[in-house]
Amino acid sequence: MPPDFISNLYVFILAGFVGFEVIKRVSPLLHTPLMSLTNALDAIVVVAAIIIAGRHETPLTTALGAIAVAASFSNMVGGFLITDRMLRMFKSGRSKQS
Amino acid sequence: MTGFALQQYLDFAYIVAVVLFILSLRFLSSPASARWGVLAGEIGAAMAVVATLFNPEVAHYKWVLIPLIIGAGVGIPLGLVQMTAVPQRTALSHAFGALSAAMIGIAEYYVGTAPVTRFEMGEIALEVIIGSLTFTGSLIAAGKLQEILPQRPIVYRGQNIVSLSVLGGALGLAVALVVNPAHAILFPIMVIVALFFGVLLVTPIGGADMPTVISLLNSYAGFSAALLGFVLDSKVLVVAGALDGSSGFILSVIMCKAMNRSFTNVMFGAFGQVQASKGGVKEERVVRSATPEDAASILAIANKVVIVPGYGMAVAQAQHKVRELYDVLTKKGVDVRFAIHPVAGRMPGHMNVLLAEADIPYDKLIEMDEINGDFPQTDVALIIGANDVTNPAARTDQSSPIFGMPILDVDKAHTVMVIKRSMNPGFAGIDNPLYYLDQTLMLFGDAKQFVSGIVRELSGGH
Repeated sequence: MPPDFISNLYVFILAGFVGFEVIKRVSPLLHTPLMSLTNALDAIVVVAAIIIAGRHETPLTTALGAIAVAASFSNMVGGFLITDRMLRMFKSGRSKQS
Repeated sequence: MTGFALQQYLDFAYIVAVVLFILSLRFLSSPASARWGVLAGEIGAAMAVVATLFNPEVAHYKWVLIPLIIGAGVGIPLGLVQMTAVPQRTALSHAFGALSAAMIGIAEYYVGTAPVTRFEMGEIALEVIIGSLTFTGSLIAAGKLQEILPQRPIVYRGQNIVSLSVLGGALGLAVALVVNPAHAILFPIMVIVALFFGVLLVTPIGGADMPTVISLLNSYAGFSAALLGFVLDSKVLVVAGALDGSSGFILSVIMCKAMNRSFTNVMFGAFGQVQASKGGVKEERVVRSATPEDAASILAIANKVVIVPGYGMAVAQAQHKVRELYDVLTKKGVDVRFAIHPVAGRMPGHMNVLLAEADIPYDKLIEMDEINGDFPQTDVALIIGANDVTNPAARTDQSSPIFGMPILDVDKAHTVMVIKRSMNPGFAGIDNPLYYLDQTLMLFGDAKQFVSGIVRELSGGH
């Protein structure tokens, strides 16, 4: 197995545990915003897509990269936007009266 | 020399982004701090994107900036959809995420700067298979949620064998590619077979199982991004993918537990067929029905009221009327709370978002485990558009298909009122003994109209 695979595996396992611990604490109240937020964070694959598209090696890889840039960036923009819209609606009884 | 220093800056930006991503999810632990989480995530993502644009490998900005603009043009409207449409928007975004991961994996295969090793071939093949099946599977889920496709489970004989052989075919092609990466022609065939499997995977699944399916697809989309991180040796992708994947996985487990079903049962079980045999014995049982006036007079003298909303409330768009009911009762000094079953709605947490949109304070939205102990002290349990999650047969009747599913113990309240269109059973076709109890009143009618009737009565009689 290549050495970079091993180091990535370490990162993956540790991140998985961090994810598990952090997400376990998210209130079930917010499970829908949780899903749209993780979706927006996952859209970070846009950085890989930018490199593939920007290298412009062959028409095929550039086209695939460009589709990937558009698809993931729409998730990033839309995901953060809708998460924020949802979270703005959650008001406690006290703040509502003020 | 400068290139080396630049690379370090880029790596540093990615590390900061990763820290912000973890903090972002951490802030989501409470509604009070949650919006900071969005901000942290946005800063992290913006840093990573801007840093990448400075990467010297990005030489042709035209092929980057135009897609970025298109992406923003698609993403902004998708971020502004109505709250009832959030489940299909989410499924669509899983599709986009998986599409992106699959496209990058495919491009990586065809870049061909150096011949791929068997190990790399295995990584790419697995990544592309998961990305492709998640793409088409999520599109089907979105289509069902948008009601472009039928919500009913679509089943035929030997379905599981067909689906599993298609998956086996995709994996077999992947193995053949690993054995000999030179067989380049097999690669596009493998992609097509994986895309087809995604369709077969989700088509048989019914609308009521969507909370689980959407969570599973979330998990797949995350893990395909993490696998892409392995392929490209990009730690930021590994971390973001692992966070997204584990989040989807945890939600899937919660959804399965809330329905007392296993993953395999959701994926291969196609709910709703088991009941056909149960139709035989039909006894005439009496239900008591009541008018909005009756309901209003009972609610007016109650001390504690628990409202149980279900997907039917969302379908009838009754949540704003329910808020008016909440207001008028609260003004009369009645303690009103909402009982939220984990699978209420079409995705995890969906009901909370709909009620929050209607301006109901979130501290009145109570989870099942927390509120179940309070039903014996509750004067009125008012059920709006929920059915199976209130069915006491799940507790008592071992022959019931939903036996063992955790339910809201509404039958323990002093009075139970159920707003329902007719006596038709719910999605699973299961009869609900709750409706025949002595303390149960059936309020037949459209949820929105019936609730406004009660509200009119309560505010008028003052």
